[in-house]
Amino acid sequence: MKSLLNFLLRIHFLLLFILIEIFSISLLVNNNYYQRSRMVNFTRELSGRYHQKLAGLKEYFSLLEINQQLVEENNRLLNIIESTYRSEELFFRNVNDTVYNQRYFYTPARVVNNSVNKKHNFITLNKGKEQGIRPEMAVVSDGTIVGVVKGVSENFATVISLLNFDFKISAKVKKNGYFGSLSWDGKDYHTAILNEIPLHADVQVGDSIITSGFSSIYPEGILIGYIDKFEEKGGSFYTIYVRLSTDFKQLNYVNIIGNLTQTEKLEIEQQAIKNND
Amino acid sequence: MIKTVPRYLVNFILLVLLQVFVLNNIQFSGYINPYIYVVFILTLPFETPKWLLLVIAFLLGITIDLFSNTLGMHSSATVFIAFLRPSVLKIIAPRDGYESETYPQLKYYGGTWFLKYSAILVFAHHLFLFYIEVFRFSDFFATLLRVILSSSFSIILILIGQYFYRKDTKRF
Repeated sequence: MKSLLNFLLRIHFLLLFILIEIFSISLLVNNNYYQRSRMVNFTRELSGRYHQKLAGLKEYFSLLEINQQLVEENNRLLNIIESTYRSEELFFRNVNDTVYNQRYFYTPARVVNNSVNKKHNFITLNKGKEQGIRPEMAVVSDGTIVGVVKGVSENFATVISLLNFDFKISAKVKKNGYFGSLSWDGKDYHTAILNEIPLHADVQVGDSIITSGFSSIYPEGILIGYIDKFEEKGGSFYTIYVRLSTDFKQLNYVNIIGNLTQTEKLEIEQQAIKNND
Repeated sequence: MIKTVPRYLVNFILLVLLQVFVLNNIQFSGYINPYIYVVFILTLPFETPKWLLLVIAFLLGITIDLFSNTLGMHSSATVFIAFLRPSVLKIIAPRDGYESETYPQLKYYGGTWFLKYSAILVFAHHLFLFYIEVFRFSDFFATLLRVILSSSFSIILILIGQYFYRKDTKRF
């Protein structure tokens, strides 16, 4: 013990130097945006690789469920393809020129890391810059909302989950189109809160809530969930509790939505704001 | 020793003010940002305990950081040169060592000695500071150019500052 103390006393200068230096650099990384983002990018690439290995292993355990999902999906798709219907109008068919007017494109991705128990939940996906993923793209799972891409590295992307304090999205009641902003209150991963719906709007328990399409991130009409309950809380707005239709604990495969006209829309909106000034 | 404390305190405040209000706003052609507040670490008495050196350096750095909104950047660089200072002093010591009642300043040990001394430490400080500012090695040579230009400029300013002290030998 005594020799240890002596040793510590002898190298106290070096020790103190290292301590203060670590403290300074942690201050630097935590308080300066640029240095932090460099650090986060580095660790994201590292942890992404690790989580991908882990997710690959975990996948085996949910194979049964995924198979079932695929069978159901196949079934549903088989039911709606043209060949199962008898066509009445043989000569005048509407043909959608899908490429010319395409506004959104979908990229499938796999969830390699996910959490639901924090206040700021993030999801890591195994697609990144090289697969054409950029920040601000929307993420959906089976037609229901998941989140927005926050940052990308070469092969991975971090998604702000809907279960995140910083996440806000414009949503509307499907049947009458009243819109408000939806966010999560950090309590239950099944429930989010929709605000700013005026009291004169007709809402009922069980009504569908969908995305409004105002934000240029999400296409219009993606299902968010159903009204669980609602209450009037001061002022002229409802506070609506929405039961999310996405099961965040079971996310496996998601689709990333890129908006081909996003920059165009933002540009013209910017212009309008500028002209207004 | 006790008498020198208020003088160093005034020095500290003056250097921080000069750095924050004047020199932080100077930027020639994107390459030269002089940081001369390190002269405070350079001119601390020889007999300052080593641990105190680190603590003072951290306080000085964090003060500059608070004013220039770069928390941790200057403090890590300043602590780094405070760590180097004892070894540098040992390496460039004159043949008969340092006399008591003197300070590591130009008027006691001459221009050549002080130039060597300040050049090593200021360069180390700027090297550390600029690399931690860009936080990557990809623009290695552009950053190195900034380090060399800025540290030469800082050293010149520091030397000029030392000549101001030269006249009033009576004060010590």
